Amino acid sequence: VSQRAAARADARPVGWRARVRARERIGHLALHAALIGGSLLFLVPFFWLVSTSLKLTGRELVMPPQWIPDPLVLDNYQKAVTRLPFPLYLRNTLIVTLTATFFGVLTASLAGFGFARLRFPGRGLLFSLCLAALMIPTIVTLIPEFLVFKQLGLIDTFWPLVLPPSLGGGAFAVFLFRQYALTIPNDLDEAARVDGADAFRIWWSVILPLSKPVLATMAVLAFIQHWNDFLRPLVYLNSIEVRTLALGLRSFLGEFTTAWNLLMAASTLMILPILVLFFVAQRYFVQGIVMTGIKG
Amino acid sequence: MAASVRRRPGRLLRREAIEGYLCVLPWLLGFVLFTAGPMLASLALSFAKWEVLSPLEWIGVGNFARMAQDEKFYTALVNTAIISLGSVPLQLALALLLALGLNQKIRGVALYRTVYYLPSQVPLVANALLWLWIFNPDFGLANVFLEALRLPPQQWLWDPNLAKPSIIIITLWGVGQAMMIFLAGLQGIPESLFEAAAIDGATLWARFRHITLPMLSPILFFNLVIGIIASFQAYFTLVFITTKGGPANATLIYIIYLFQKAFEDFEFGYSSALAWVLFVVVMGFTALQFRLARRWVHYEGGDRP
Repeated sequence: VSQRAAARADARPVGWRARVRARERIGHLALHAALIGGSLLFLVPFFWLVSTSLKLTGRELVMPPQWIPDPLVLDNYQKAVTRLPFPLYLRNTLIVTLTATFFGVLTASLAGFGFARLRFPGRGLLFSLCLAALMIPTIVTLIPEFLVFKQLGLIDTFWPLVLPPSLGGGAFAVFLFRQYALTIPNDLDEAARVDGADAFRIWWSVILPLSKPVLATMAVLAFIQHWNDFLRPLVYLNSIEVRTLALGLRSFLGEFTTAWNLLMAASTLMILPILVLFFVAQRYFVQGIVMTGIKG
Repeated sequence: MAASVRRRPGRLLRREAIEGYLCVLPWLLGFVLFTAGPMLASLALSFAKWEVLSPLEWIGVGNFARMAQDEKFYTALVNTAIISLGSVPLQLALALLLALGLNQKIRGVALYRTVYYLPSQVPLVANALLWLWIFNPDFGLANVFLEALRLPPQQWLWDPNLAKPSIIIITLWGVGQAMMIFLAGLQGIPESLFEAAAIDGATLWARFRHITLPMLSPILFFNLVIGIIASFQAYFTLVFITTKGGPANATLIYIIYLFQKAFEDFEFGYSSALAWVLFVVVMGFTALQFRLARRWVHYEGGDRP
């Protein structure tokens, strides 16, 4: 192929290379123009969000809208944090999110390790069941689950939000860890076995330290999932004391239907931690998406 | 496997088996208590009538017979089909277009990627509130935009004819997720293929049509089916907060109707039957994905992985 290419290149007239480069540059310019146009469209909602949140009450209803608020005020953020029980909602969300993420990642890695590295009768069947669970819509299991938690008197507590994900961390996390653990060379376990280590020891001191990237990906995915979760809190939580941010934010909508600057300030506050997480752990976000999206 | 050929003594094998069960035990417990158990329970409930104050009563296929007569059930099915089939293919097309643009070697590509990706990470509730404000008929950005184009203002989410398109527009803002998947897929296509084609004088379109598209088809197809399945559930938060199924049931999608029956009307029998119909539909799509993928999707090396 390269010989043919060389032959063709030789046969071209002298100005060819320059012309190709010029055409490429025009192509790139057009691409930049299109991408910048698109970027503006994608960024405008963010701008609108922040701009509204910085407006004095009443100014958000001025038409045509002020893009840069005059005066710029932080009142709405102050109100969102003080008048609405924002710190309480944040605390609740953090309790649920961090507990569920921690135990979910822990138990999912343990199960994934078992499926990848240990041989026991029924392993194939159990792992198929785990994969099959990926297909089941949450709402199908939610109805009986709700009835049981209600029977147990656990409505309006964090248990229904924390307990299910803490046992296994979800089928996908188990799958993710198993796939990763399969790629770690076996001789490490064998060596540890010879030294008298049992499976838990191997999982804890050999496999987990080698699995930091996949653990981080699992943690990021779980954190976002629980931070975002709306359906379960909506079903299980009623009173203000236990509301999570997602639920609380929606109740702001009911209480302050027209206070859009306040609502946008509260929304911004809910988005911020995810943005921070994104910029800190960008790599694991992208890994997570690619792994969730490409093949099941 | 090398290890099994070596034939370990039975005692060690038994120990490994016990350890194996212990390792998967927490997951297995969760699976039995929160997946398998509830699945069976909801299957049983779908043959029962059980409402808040009335005792449980077995009614055979009564719930399914009721469904056949339930006009709202059909409305929900049609709405779900329109919104899912409108949103997912559009999202994938846009995602592919963006990914192709961002796969070029141009300056600032990392910045562009971040810009297009970030909206997909906005928490769902915040996203719904933001768009509710953007589509506000009196003071929203959407009508400001229309005015700039000298078009008449619209009622958006409050207009039965525009509510579905409005929801679809909102979902398009979250296209970044699919874009990243396609970008990863594009980067997996060997450069040499494009070089060879360029040397043979293939046009941009020919290269896209005969290299990119076939090489990307497994990812494209997988994401189409998975995206449609996911959309049955994923739009719950958005629709619940913005329209709650209105106006005039224009955005009453299946998951919203199911939620209303289960957790607002507390009709646990009927809603379980609705849930199982959803599950069967999802299984159908999954089976379709496996069957069709074998038939027409190109996998490198000729064989399915």
